[in-house]
Parts: sequence; C-alpha cells; structure tokens
Amino acid sequence: MRMKYVLSEVLVGLWRNVTMTVAMIITMAVSLFMLGGSGLLYQKVGDMKDLYYENVQVSIFLKTDVQEQQRVDLQTKLDADPLVKDVTYVDKDQAYKRFQQMYADAPDLVNAVKADQLPESFRITLNDPQQYKQIYDQYKTAEGIDTIVDQSKLLDKVFGVLTGVQNGALALAVVMAAAALLLVANTIQVAAYSKRREVAVMKLVGASNWFIQAPFVLEAVVAGLIGSILGLLALIGVKTVAAGSSMAALEGLITPISWSEIFLTFPLMAAVGGLVSAVTAWVTLRFYLRV
Amino acid sequence: MTKTYPKASRPSLDNVSVSIEKGEFVFFIGPSGSGKSTIIKLLLHEVTPNKGRVVVNGKDVTSMRSWKRPHFRRSIGCVFQDFRLLPNRTAYENVAFALEVIGKTKAVARRVVPEVLELVGLGGKEHRYPHELSGGEQQRVAVARAFVNRPLILLADEPTGNLDPDTSIEIMRLLDRINRTGTTVVMVTHDSNIVNQMRRRVIEIESGRIVRDQARGVYG
Repeated sequence: MRMKYVLSEVLVGLWRNVTMTVAMIITMAVSLFMLGGSGLLYQKVGDMKDLYYENVQVSIFLKTDVQEQQRVDLQTKLDADPLVKDVTYVDKDQAYKRFQQMYADAPDLVNAVKADQLPESFRITLNDPQQYKQIYDQYKTAEGIDTIVDQSKLLDKVFGVLTGVQNGALALAVVMAAAALLLVANTIQVAAYSKRREVAVMKLVGASNWFIQAPFVLEAVVAGLIGSILGLLALIGVKTVAAGSSMAALEGLITPISWSEIFLTFPLMAAVGGLVSAVTAWVTLRFYLRV
Repeated sequence: MTKTYPKASRPSLDNVSVSIEKGEFVFFIGPSGSGKSTIIKLLLHEVTPNKGRVVVNGKDVTSMRSWKRPHFRRSIGCVFQDFRLLPNRTAYENVAFALEVIGKTKAVARRVVPEVLELVGLGGKEHRYPHELSGGEQQRVAVARAFVNRPLILLADEPTGNLDPDTSIEIMRLLDRINRTGTTVVMVTHDSNIVNQMRRRVIEIESGRIVRDQARGVYG
C-alpha cells in the first residue's frame, strides 16, 4: 500500500504542474544529450588519436637537384637512427603515381605536372611520434634536404578542433545542467507548497522522513530519467540524420560512432540525470520542508 | 528549563520547571505571548531548550536527533485551534491518512477508524468532507486523528479557540473522556469558562515564568 501511495503521489505531482514538468524534462534532455554527445566525442577522439598517430609519418622531401651520394648517405643515417622505426624511399615515379591517385578527380592538375617535377622523399615512421622535434633538429641541416613535414602537426590541429568541440559540448551540458537543477529545485518547491497541508499532518503524526520526502524525490528522478531517454533519442536522431547526409562523406576520416556506443552512453546519462535530480530534490526539501 | 528564540529580547520560557504525571489533565493558561505555546513546541520536539531538559514518557528528548523525531511523535497526539484537516479528504480519510502514513495497513484503518469516529461522536458522518461539517465536528475529527494511534499524551493548543461556548464544552467532554482512558492531556488555553468548569490542574504562565500551579484550579 505504501509503495502504491508513493507512486500515485509521484504521478499526481508530475501532472499537477505539467508545464513546469515539461520544462524540467526538456532542459534535462538537452543537458544530457550534450553530456552524452561530449562523452561519445571524447571516446572517438581517443580512438582516432590512437589510430592516426600510429600511422603518422615524417616526410623528408629532397631537393630536386639532390645528388645520388647525398641521398644514399641520408638513407644510411636514417636506417641507423634509433628514433626511426621504418624508412621508405619514394622516388619520382612513385611520387607521381601517388600524386595521380590523390588528384584523380582533377585530371587538369595531373596533366600539368610531370614526374620529374615532384621531389623524391623519405617517409619515416617514428618509434614515438612525439619525438618529431629531435628528428627535425638532426636533419634540417643535412645536405640535399628541401623540407621536413610532420603529419602530426596537422593532426594536432584537427584534434585541437575536435577537443574544442567536445569541450564546448561539455560546457554547454554543464550550463544546461545548472538550468535543469534550478528547474528541479523550483518544481520541488512548488510541489511541496501545494502539498504543505499533507506534509504538515504527516510531520505531526510522525510519518518517517523518507516517507514524506520519497514522492518529491522520486518525482524529480522520474523527470530525470524521462529526460535521459529523450537525450538518448536525440543522439539516435543525430546519428540517423548524420549517416544519411553529408557527414557520410567523412566516414573514412572520422571513425564512425556505432549504435552500441550510443546505447552504452545511456546508463551514464540516466545515472547522471537521476542522481542529479534526486540530490537536488533532496537538498531543496531539506531547506524547504525542514524534515 | 529556559527557551529563548533567536532575535527575542527576553526568553519565551525562563527557568520553568514543571512535572506532569501520567494520566493527568493539565491546563496551561496565560496571556498571549506568555510562552504557553512554547511548552507544546518543546513537548513535540519542534524546538529545543537553551538550558535544561525536556523529558517525555520517561525519555530525555532534549538532545534527541531529528531523525528519531518521527517515531517519537507517534506517541503524542496533537489538536490545534485551526483543526488542520485535509480539505480534500473525508472525515474517515483524514483519520485513516494519519494511520497510513506511519505504515499501518488499510485493513487496520478499516478496523480502528470507524471505532474512533464513533468514540468522538461522529458515527454516520464518516464520509463527509470538512466543509460539510460544523466547526465542532471538524475538531472532533481532529481529536479522532490525534487519538486513533492511542498516544500516551494528547497535546491541545487552544482547541476551543474557534468554537462557540456550547461546542467548546462538548469538545472538553470528549477530551475528558480521552483522559479517563489513561491518556495524559496537556491543554493550552485562555478560555476561562472552560478552565473554571473543568476544575483540573492549572498552571499559569506570565512573561515566561510560572506564577501559579494549582490542583483543581480556576482561571483566576
């Protein structure tokens, strides 16, 4: 009977103040959506970092007028270098083939460039991509070298942007969470006010504190859980829309977010939504009901 | 004991010492602001004294932790001047609510609520809402609610304050009947008629001090 009483009170409570409840749930949903999104992005950025940095190469482009001896010396030095894991020599023909492949969409460009206009290069995989600077310092002055290009520099920029997006989503999630928090506090206050007579009688006749508080706290928790479900639906929606649109073109570049990853964020969203609501409601009641 | 409210210039109760025996019927009288109601609040553990001790039912409740308060309150019934009934519940539901929120089953309520409503003289009016009852009848519902759990003590804070003299006397008869079942009754009032008719122990308070404690007293 007591459980039934508490549950019916929860439903009545949510319905009594339905506009506020809806506002609370929407804010909560947006906040949790942002939170879930930034969580997913965080995972993705981690995955991508592992993947990309492992394959990152330092390219040493040689001058077009490089001499045979300089090239051989450089290769010997690189082969012996402890920082270097692997060295591949790309000659003019190979460079041209790569060039043709890369710009297959632009035949005019490909036709305009001849094989001997492209520089020879060494493609170097480092044992530790972070040690690029040492490689650069060692070889920048070597004979016959034109430029040294570190792909990880480019990756740093890409990941800088992704981390920025992720932090932005997280910051937005926090701001929305603050708004959701205030709405929960307000809803609970209104609920407590509309039930002040019942609460006064319950306190008077000695109803236990948890029994007085449970309907209010559960009301907030239910709203939090509904919010997290809506947040999940929003994530699903975003993935569905993204999969069918221009984002699909980025598929090869950004590792796709799988359905299971999306569903795995739900426990996080539900836990945060439920817990934050419960704690807020409880704290509000401490101040408001003084039970 | 002494109770001073924050921001008050003088204590609400100043070095007051009272002992009430089990089964007694006691009036606290005195002008408004004399500190009568503070007695009720202290007994309910709604406030705690700054100095001294409050012992209820043989237990020192002075420094009782607030989470123990609900259980403590189940041994005390309470009636107020403004009845404090739930307007959207019938007489029966008002009394049953008090039972259900402390964990009694509906079956228990079905057994004891009609009994206690009969006792307070509301047999046949169980399903009326407070607005369909007279003031005296509403106060009877409140008494039934206070008594349904068979408390050891019944506290009444000006229970006749909103009632006409005849109805007041009926309520007093009811409280007297409850007292005869062995329940200690502590009543705060400034209704001189009632006090004079009942001839019970009277404790008069003025400016936070006891100025009179008289067995079988009158309002004076």
